[in-house]
Amino acid sequence: MHNSTIINITNLVKRFPIGGGQFTALDDINLTFEKGEFTGVIGPSGSGKTTLLNIIGSLDTPSEGDAIVLGQSIAQLSQKQAANLRNHNLGFIFQTYNLLPVYSTFENVEYPLLLLKMPVNERKKAVMEALDWVGLTDKTNSKPAQLSGGECQRVAIARAMVKHPKIVLADEPTANLDAENSHHILQTMENLNQELQTTFIFSTHDDKVIKYLRRQIKLDDGKVASDNLIEEGVVQ
Amino acid sequence: MITFRLAWRNLIGAGLRTWLNAIVLSFAFVVIIWHRGFLDGWQEEARVDTIAWEIGGGQFWHPNYDPFDPFTLEDSHRALSDELLNYVAEGKITPVLISQATIYPNGRMQSVVLKGIPAEQQILNLPTNYLSETGTHIPVIIGTRMASSAKVKKGDVFSIRWRDANGTFDAANAKIVSIFKTNVGAVDQGQLWLPLSQLQNMMRLPDEASLLVVSPEIGEQPQSNEWQFQSVDELLKEIDTIIKQKKVGGSILYIILLAMAMLAIFDTQVLSIFRRQKEIGTHIALGMTRGQVVRLFTVEGAMHGIFAAALAAAYGIPLLTLQAKHGFAMPAGTDDYGITIAERIFPAYSFGLVLGTTAVVLITATIVSFIPARKIAKLQPTEALKGKIQ
Repeated sequence: MHNSTIINITNLVKRFPIGGGQFTALDDINLTFEKGEFTGVIGPSGSGKTTLLNIIGSLDTPSEGDAIVLGQSIAQLSQKQAANLRNHNLGFIFQTYNLLPVYSTFENVEYPLLLLKMPVNERKKAVMEALDWVGLTDKTNSKPAQLSGGECQRVAIARAMVKHPKIVLADEPTANLDAENSHHILQTMENLNQELQTTFIFSTHDDKVIKYLRRQIKLDDGKVASDNLIEEGVVQ
Repeated sequence: MITFRLAWRNLIGAGLRTWLNAIVLSFAFVVIIWHRGFLDGWQEEARVDTIAWEIGGGQFWHPNYDPFDPFTLEDSHRALSDELLNYVAEGKITPVLISQATIYPNGRMQSVVLKGIPAEQQILNLPTNYLSETGTHIPVIIGTRMASSAKVKKGDVFSIRWRDANGTFDAANAKIVSIFKTNVGAVDQGQLWLPLSQLQNMMRLPDEASLLVVSPEIGEQPQSNEWQFQSVDELLKEIDTIIKQKKVGGSILYIILLAMAMLAIFDTQVLSIFRRQKEIGTHIALGMTRGQVVRLFTVEGAMHGIFAAALAAAYGIPLLTLQAKHGFAMPAGTDDYGITIAERIFPAYSFGLVLGTTAVVLITATIVSFIPARKIAKLQPTEALKGKIQ
């Protein structure tokens, strides 16, 4: 394992009970992710992309095998340890934004810092910085219902990035956005990736996202079909 | 702290739903405190009035005396010992002789209880000083209820017929020298108060009494084997029992009110957990443990109680203070029920009452909030994130 490896997945299997039997969502996955990657897990619906991201994000546990995320075994983590890992090191961006509806833009972005018990002055500064990254400093008091889809997703990015996590997991982040908003958001994430060296892992089947990826992992029926590094639009 | 902060934000953000729950709960708060305060006020006033008008600092009863059995009156009288007479002379004890009689006001016939009491006594609030009036008729004082039932007024004269200790019937005219107003029906309804010496003469029972009323300031109490001492608490047991029963009855009202308010909170919580699955998943994804989310939702529900307390304080304090100041007028005729009750009751709101009610409401709200919130602990965060009902 490389020094800069932050995720190491070995022989990962995930099964879900369906009816009387079991459905294998991930089957013998072996992958590693390095610091600062801008990677996409691509594939059709039902290929296991979201399940893989959920396991990396310690929201779910493997049926077999393990995923070592930032040195911690997801299979072995207690609920509290998993929450701690997410709280300190992981950022999530969801397809449906998942903003807290009664909170303002500022409060939504501030939320992860409240969980980290950050002092108020630092917190305010960090929130405004994150909102500046996504260009929403003029919408601090707006509620999610008052924002467009693109703006909501930018708030979600700011919320994911505000605590400077080591890894950001983005599940179909552009699925509900038009082309212009998608490009804007992807450019924002790409800039943050380069500026902060945050590892971005996407789950997507959106061509607009795929164009930005520097590594593409293709899943098919829960198995890794291909794993390619892309440089300047060329598949290696 | 963060839980309270987030719960606060969620509740404020929920807007009307929060305030509707808080209004219902605040109503329960105010009504419970008002009703308890009303009963406490009544009890306090009844105790004070009964002590002042009827029982003083306790009573010594003749062993045969039973206030609920008029047949015992014939055998429940005794002469006072020298020691007790000294107490009477010092104004620390007032003897009362009790007997039955019939009066004939305006040609009608009515059974009454005659109570002889020294005109100079200072222990009870009865205006016995009027009994020192001399004349050809026996001076009597009666209460307003008695005056109303006998249809007599001050200055009226009527005949009294009684049977003395030897079994001889006799009769004389009595004159109403004063009519007093009291909240204590037990010294009013069906009773005629006349000078003790006069009744002792009428009954051929010189120096005898049926009971002795002790002054609340008596200090050291006389010891007597011939009389049975009834303490204030024993004598007030009836009133206390009636008010206790009222409180138990009132508890049903509290339970209904609280149940309504709690049902609203419970309903909100259940609905929240169903509708806010995505939010619950988001909380977990952002770093909360399921236990913290359960706590957040429980605190959120329980904070309805705090909001309600604040709301209740906002309109309840002025309302209840006004009521405590001006009292609550009882409907006409309530004082004829035979229990000690003032025409106007001044509710008494103690710190304990307010604190106790607040604690009960907050604890109940917390429990009611926790029950549905426990479900969160079983939610699968990956499903919750998608907003899937589990």
